[in-house]
Amino acid sequence: MQIDMKQPILDKNDRLAQSNRELFAEKKVFVLDLLASPGSGKTSTILATIEALRDDFNIAVIEGDIASSVDSEKISAQGIPAVQINTGGACHLESDMIRRAVEPLDLDNLDLIIVENVGNLVCPTDFDLGENMKAMILSVPEGDDKPLKYPGVFQAARAIVLNKIDTMSVFNFDKELFRDHIKNLNPTAPVFPISATNGDGVDIWAQWLAEQIRAL
Amino acid sequence: MHELGIMTGVMDAVEKSARDAGADRVLKISLSVGVMTEAIEDSLRFAFEALSESEYTMCKGAELDITMVTPRSICSECGHEYAHDRYHVACPQCGSGLTHIIAGKELQIDSIEVNIPDEDDEPENA
Repeated sequence: MQIDMKQPILDKNDRLAQSNRELFAEKKVFVLDLLASPGSGKTSTILATIEALRDDFNIAVIEGDIASSVDSEKISAQGIPAVQINTGGACHLESDMIRRAVEPLDLDNLDLIIVENVGNLVCPTDFDLGENMKAMILSVPEGDDKPLKYPGVFQAARAIVLNKIDTMSVFNFDKELFRDHIKNLNPTAPVFPISATNGDGVDIWAQWLAEQIRAL
Repeated sequence: MHELGIMTGVMDAVEKSARDAGADRVLKISLSVGVMTEAIEDSLRFAFEALSESEYTMCKGAELDITMVTPRSICSECGHEYAHDRYHVACPQCGSGLTHIIAGKELQIDSIEVNIPDEDDEPENA
């Protein structure tokens, strides 16, 4: 006997993600899911973004890592509420993990939650968490050819932060070629060149993000 | 890398539907997988082989049929509908980047074929 199912494979994740989305909308919290590779400067970028936006918005951070609480400790040290998720080996965050992670947070008094997904350019792409938008960080040392190797993440991102631009000459990173790749893959995504450590470009990225939050 | 998790989800959903229908065995699973997802056909097959070896699954020995779906988009500016590859999504007619993907992001269980014990028994009883 044949049974027609027509059921999305990630149905369970997608349904809970939708419920998260409704909760965030009700509480008027903007949720940013940040994707990037290990070592691209996710936590440094988050810290720089917090510094630029903390006077205007109440911010919390959810840190997704396979193990350790190194990242959430760095965020907490800045006086920002941080929740650590340890996936215990899983390569991406799923919507139920986010639901549990926001429980201790005071959603009524938050404007922005930044989710630092597990460092990985592949798996987090397919998983809806209920976020308002996914954005990604590529760092210059990773190379200008990464959009060709990991197209999915560059397409899932509504904005692309190019970090460590202070190292561009050392790594022969071709910014124009990189922009051409992005134009083919995701023509409407803005690219924000920054250096999270020396602060170059951070204000332009943070201003754009602030506009998205205010438009909520 | 997450194909094992995806396949575990597929088998859970398939077994539930099969049980609800009164089946004792799953004979075939048909999936649609968009080229623009991060799920790789070979890895899905490998995960399925590994998971369906168990004596405890109704999917043991089942056939896995995967249809890879080619990306298609519609241009929001000129209305042109077109097929494209994974890397070039802009409208080939007017060059606009304001486009909407209508196919190629599927991750779907289309249908399954199951064995219902009573159906097989009928001819013998007759």
